[in-house]
Amino acid sequence: MATKSKKTAEAALNSYATGPDDRGFFGIFGGRFVAETLMPLILELERAYEAAKADPEFQRELDFLNLHYAGRPSPLYHAERMTAELGGAKIYFKREELNHTGSHKINNCLGQILLARRMGKKRIIAETGAGQHGVAVATVCAKYGMECEVYMGATDVERQAPNVARMMLLGAKLNPVTSGAGTLKDAMNEALRDWVTNVRDTYYLIGTAAGPHPYPAMVRDFQAIIGHETRKQMMEAEGRLPDTIVACIGGGSNAIGIFHPFLDDPGVAIYGVEAGGHGIDVENGHAASMTGGSPGVLHGNRTYLLQDGDGQILEGHSISAGLDYPGVGPEHSWLKTIGRVTYVPATDKEALDALQFCTRLEGIIPALESSHALALVKKLAPTLAKDNLLVVNISGRGDKDLATVAKHLGMKI
Amino acid sequence: MTKHVTRIDASFAALKKEKRPALVTFITAGDPDPETSAEVLAELVKAGADIIELGMPFSDPMADGPAIQASSQRALKAGQTMVKTLQMVRDFRAHDNTTPIVLMGYYNPIYVYGNERFIKDAKAAGVDGLIVVDVPPEADDELCLPALAAGLNFIRLATPTTDKARLPAVLKNTSGFVYYVSITGITGAAAPVVNDVHSQVKAIKAETPLPVVVGFGVRSGDQARAISKGADGVVVGSAIVSTIEKSLGPKGAATDRTVKGVVELVRELRAALSAD
Repeated sequence: MATKSKKTAEAALNSYATGPDDRGFFGIFGGRFVAETLMPLILELERAYEAAKADPEFQRELDFLNLHYAGRPSPLYHAERMTAELGGAKIYFKREELNHTGSHKINNCLGQILLARRMGKKRIIAETGAGQHGVAVATVCAKYGMECEVYMGATDVERQAPNVARMMLLGAKLNPVTSGAGTLKDAMNEALRDWVTNVRDTYYLIGTAAGPHPYPAMVRDFQAIIGHETRKQMMEAEGRLPDTIVACIGGGSNAIGIFHPFLDDPGVAIYGVEAGGHGIDVENGHAASMTGGSPGVLHGNRTYLLQDGDGQILEGHSISAGLDYPGVGPEHSWLKTIGRVTYVPATDKEALDALQFCTRLEGIIPALESSHALALVKKLAPTLAKDNLLVVNISGRGDKDLATVAKHLGMKI
Repeated sequence: MTKHVTRIDASFAALKKEKRPALVTFITAGDPDPETSAEVLAELVKAGADIIELGMPFSDPMADGPAIQASSQRALKAGQTMVKTLQMVRDFRAHDNTTPIVLMGYYNPIYVYGNERFIKDAKAAGVDGLIVVDVPPEADDELCLPALAAGLNFIRLATPTTDKARLPAVLKNTSGFVYYVSITGITGAAAPVVNDVHSQVKAIKAETPLPVVVGFGVRSGDQARAISKGADGVVVGSAIVSTIEKSLGPKGAATDRTVKGVVELVRELRAALSAD
């Protein structure tokens, strides 16, 4: 870029935020590992997304939907009682659970549905774990009158009944997947099989910042509104950037969304919290791909995976269906490797405790997914100075988890 | 790059003289158990298979239909590993030094085994070629080029969505033969439309001197015969592993129908392809 000063150009070279490269790699992670049938479509998608990004009309339409349909910007809320209780960092919640449909998933779905329309696709397919993404997809399909089919593991269909009902009410066709353990990984396999079969008229609306390039970068870009708003809101509230950011990681879309605009601010400490399940030492007992896995290739990208020594994928476990995936978005794998973000696990029990802690202190019932992030906040905040500004992303609301939580707490509902 | 002549090249040269298409058969290594699978492999050749595609089982076969998914699961449940699959090829080679073997599967088990180590061990075991479903030409530097350098064929899939602009990229580093996927879909799905296949195969053959074989959805002798016109061979996979599945007794154990059923099907396929 000839117009930029030498100093800016050098800074850009040393940036954490410029990836992926033109083949979709973040370091060794990412890429496009898909069957040939899908390759031409993936390349077409990449071209369509690049064109949309450069089109002010696309951005204007998305801004309009974010404002009037999703209800953005989501508030940045000072959690006073939690701050006082933990006696350390000043805690703020980024309130993504207040978005239309109850989680951050809508941010990505609005962006991708506009893209699918630009590409002239008539039929939308998606995978879902907890059902939050499925609901968000069914919602945008209802809004635009598009055919929608959602693949969901049979196990998840059972444990996420309210979201199943919402998707059906929204007019989506739900396909329960019985292969494997019947969870998110198997739903993604089936969605890919559908896509490869109906590739010409179908758009695959992936719900997390994973899959073949350009999905990880595209989903991140649509979710980065979380971080951009947080920057602005924190400047307004405190006159400076936050010191600490915490988010939960399944595939990692809410996390990369809030992390990405801060990657080049060296003063901002960033933490991602994976699903520690029954504990990292329990085989098949957790879904912490980065803490307890190794690099491999699955679902179109190279990333950290839960797998055995022979490259067979293991079933993850988490109390939270949304974190129950044996992989993670490739950009997180890269950020872990280069050490820019610290990734730690939180167990099922720690998440349950954090959910109750937050609910009682702040009157906000967080999703079990987001409760993993809060579990780290509980441990971390007391160790930080009172002027440390900590933002935790409350990626979704907990209403969908009431049955699970009640069961674990022995409540009758 | 040095031009290696593999068993695949020799096999197609011989078939050309016989003026008949190749019968390429797919089974999953270790399905339903390692011993039966080795026996099926040996009998396939006796029954008339010209080239063997040996599936490396994977927990998440995204491009495969229910039949091959189930065969992968059976093999893994019976304890199949990459080491055992390579040993199976080595044992086969002790008795058969001419029938080509192509290992087919997904990238992750190879990547975790180690690409360099895999290529070396596969070559040493007597493998002739590789088909790795989820490694496109854009990633040739990772596996394809090192495999070619080691003297293995790297067989690429061309599909109905591979358009004219993309075909040269797909063919560029392909060797041995080109595998034309006759449908947009997963293995063992809907039957291909014969006329569409013929015109696509023609289009590919206009761009490459390599043999072109057609697969995905070929189930019977008559269908194999119709599809093979204008092509250099047909692949039958799901129909064979379904035959294995149907033959199994209680708890999924092999029965005396297991090998016999496969042999009957392959004989039928071969007879249909040989009839003029």
